Amino acid sequence: MKEFVSQSVYFGVVISFIGYEIGLFMKKKWKMALLNPLLIAAVFVIGVLFLFDVDYEAYDKGAKYISYFLTPATVSLAIPLYRQLSLLKKYPVAILGGIAAGVLTTMVCIYLLALGLKLNHEQYVTLLPKSITTAIGMGVSEKTGGIVTITVVAICITGIVGNMLAQTVLKLFRINDPIAKGIAIGTSAHALGTAKAMEMGEVEGAMSSLAIVVSGIMTVVSISLFSKFI
Amino acid sequence: MKYIKQLTIILLVSLIAEVMEYLIPLPVSASVYGLALMLTGLILHIIPLHKVEGAADFLVENMSLMFIPPVVGIMACTDELKQMALPLLLACFITTVIIMGVTGRVTQFIVGKRRKK
Repeated sequence: MKEFVSQSVYFGVVISFIGYEIGLFMKKKWKMALLNPLLIAAVFVIGVLFLFDVDYEAYDKGAKYISYFLTPATVSLAIPLYRQLSLLKKYPVAILGGIAAGVLTTMVCIYLLALGLKLNHEQYVTLLPKSITTAIGMGVSEKTGGIVTITVVAICITGIVGNMLAQTVLKLFRINDPIAKGIAIGTSAHALGTAKAMEMGEVEGAMSSLAIVVSGIMTVVSISLFSKFI
Repeated sequence: MKYIKQLTIILLVSLIAEVMEYLIPLPVSASVYGLALMLTGLILHIIPLHKVEGAADFLVENMSLMFIPPVVGIMACTDELKQMALPLLLACFITTVIIMGVTGRVTQFIVGKRRKK
């Protein structure tokens, strides 16, 4: 059984899809933020892999085809963004200013955290790109000498946290403007958070997807400076 | 058929973006170049919105699904993970909340100011 599963191309895809469907079903039924379809799917998949004693490489043999569509999907984020372009032109200062404030906050927060916990350079730069989209974040982590795998994990957890806590945090900080909501989610929790912003509405989704790109670029620039601090 | 045509355009943009990633020596991924290209194409009306929106909306709506394999990847790096567990969790939970709050407040403040004028 284990040998077959390790060879199979469809196994990884099928258990991922089933896990995601279970997640969607649970979320629909109980409507709790913690019941994130992605998180449930990941837990389900890890459980199944342990049960069949299959390692990640074997799973990824098939599952990588799901991620294959990540680039076209990210490219497609241009569509909701294009539909909201008039809003962008209306509030360029608010949008760019908000994102810049967010990126600077990220840098300062991670810097203080690194000082407080006495992290070394490698650990520090591993965490710096944690709020931006995986693809850009991996490149930055590598360039500055971080541990790329952990950066990816940090980005994923940040995304899940952002996705799950978005509604609560926005309420807590009394952020109710759709533009501000989208910019806040996209800047702090990249594409994973954007999935949540999309559920809130098209303006939120478009602003969030814009913030992914803009905060990604601003972060690359900021890290080239901040990475020298520790 | 309609969707295949739309997907072809999206994949073609992804392909051009891949070439850009290969040629331009910046730590920027193909997906970001692709997003910028697609947006430019739409703005300049080189790519009409109706020629891509069906397939694009489908991909965007199901994006969460595509993050399952990278998240499952956590199980393959447990040792490194244990070493950095505390800073990692603090960075992911507390700072994400702060960043989201600050970004939202600043944006809302500027938007509100503009609206009052």
